[in-house]
Amino acid sequence: MRASVNPLLRFPGARGVAVLFFAYLYLPIVVLIGLSFNANRSATIWTGFTTDWYAQVVQNNQILSAAQNSLVVAAIATVISTALATLAALGTARRFSGWTMANAVIALPLVVPEVVTAVATLLFFVLIGIRLGLLSVIIAHVVFCIPFAYLPIRARLEGMDATLREAASDLYADEWRTFRRVTLPLLWPGILSGAMLAFIISLDDFVITSFVAGPGASTLPIYIYTLIRIGVSPEVNAISAIMLVISIVFVSLSFLIQRWRA
Amino acid sequence: MTTTTARVEPRPLGKSGPTSDLIRRRPWLQRLLLIGPALATIGVFGILPLCLMGLVSFLERGMNGGVVWGEYTTEAYVNFLFDRDLDDSLIFNSDYLQIFLRSFLQSASTTVLALLIGFPTALYMALQPERRRNLLVFLVTIPFWTNLLVRNYSWILLLRANGLIDTALQSIGLTSEPLNLLYTDFAIAVGLTYSYLPFMVLPIYASLEKLDWRLVEAAYDLGANRLRALARVIIPLSAPGIIAGAILVFIPCLGAYVTPVLLGGGKTLMIGNLIQLQFGSSRNWPFGAALSFSLLGLVLITMVIYLVRYRGKAAHP
Repeated sequence: MRASVNPLLRFPGARGVAVLFFAYLYLPIVVLIGLSFNANRSATIWTGFTTDWYAQVVQNNQILSAAQNSLVVAAIATVISTALATLAALGTARRFSGWTMANAVIALPLVVPEVVTAVATLLFFVLIGIRLGLLSVIIAHVVFCIPFAYLPIRARLEGMDATLREAASDLYADEWRTFRRVTLPLLWPGILSGAMLAFIISLDDFVITSFVAGPGASTLPIYIYTLIRIGVSPEVNAISAIMLVISIVFVSLSFLIQRWRA
Repeated sequence: MTTTTARVEPRPLGKSGPTSDLIRRRPWLQRLLLIGPALATIGVFGILPLCLMGLVSFLERGMNGGVVWGEYTTEAYVNFLFDRDLDDSLIFNSDYLQIFLRSFLQSASTTVLALLIGFPTALYMALQPERRRNLLVFLVTIPFWTNLLVRNYSWILLLRANGLIDTALQSIGLTSEPLNLLYTDFAIAVGLTYSYLPFMVLPIYASLEKLDWRLVEAAYDLGANRLRALARVIIPLSAPGIIAGAILVFIPCLGAYVTPVLLGGGKTLMIGNLIQLQFGSSRNWPFGAALSFSLLGLVLITMVIYLVRYRGKAAHP
């Protein structure tokens, strides 16, 4: 639309680069998913369609137990971090002295390089004597999931019409009632969207988990890493494709919910 | 806003219970109850460990990993530049410095590459109709949410000897032998650029999207051509976005640890790998903590400089 205002606002080179950019972004994803259905073990030459590799993945007990660990960690971390993030978003809905500081602290896990967080958390657990295992992984995940859950919830709160709450109190609703009947229903999409992002970030994390997971607490990414170190194989293609699709589905849902108007 | 606006409560409170009144009359207390749990969690399990890491970097190294408490030393930082000889004299050792320099170079080239691809893409996106813009932003973000290992693995499939790129090039007759692209610095650059490109595109797009295009039209009216309008109007006005993008790409690259192992084959170490080694085979926790602490310091200083320089300017050009 803007472009039609003035033809000089079109930059011919930009279009070409953008096309290349999106090809670069999606080529590896498409190739990986495509190859996961390739009957040929060598994974380069296409010799036919098969779902055998997926069947092998679902029958692999090590993958299943790693997946179970991942789901347990992600589910618990999501619930806790989303609850904390929701409360925090309600608390920061209005500005106050220290507002910037509070937001900076919440955003901190996004700023610190992962490997630094990983080292610090590992040292912390070892020095205060928390045994490395699922518990330590869950605690570490809760921390970095908070900002991911927080941002969509706060965005939703900021976009909310304050007059609705005022109307509720004009109609003699007390604070709790207003919260439960007006604020919360309007906030749900934000909470759900934040929870999905937290879930996917937790499910996908490798760097921090690899530092703080003890021997018995292998998550799916850790198991995939050991497989990749061994080499390219159709099983890795299949399990990687599954991870990809789960992430894409969750993120798409999260964005759709965010845009959905109550 | 009037005082009749309902405040939001964290839990059911009776209309006239003493607790309820206590909280209602004190907005700061209410705020504390709401924000406190999140801040405490991040404080105890996020910030405290960072402080502890700073402390550990000044401790003596234990015999089999671990640290000796109460023995403070700057050995870990001295270690970075010097080796200790048998007679306790310091000998300059540039090994670690080289790893740092290589990481900086690799991160800088990745950042430049990302900027060269990212800026035109952001410009193209910003000039699209609104509906398409939203879709494109969504498409840019999707790969960010996918698993880091999987993203790198898919590049192994493409880059390895007789992988897809080799096969494609050979079938159209451009090459006759495998290029051996995998396990090179080039492969690391491709992988890092791939991982962090969205961080370059999105901030630049955000500042271009807010740009007042009438200024560009004015530049044309005053006789500027496209290139000149780009150099004198568009790029200066989107500088906060460009700088933010550069920081967001450069910093995670410095700490990258998966890509150098998977796509570089572990031959060329980067800072992230060096840090990891200190907690694995090298068992030198204070040195690992010192490296991490330096990296953290670098990140925080960069962020502060950016905020001081550009704060508010991005929002109100």
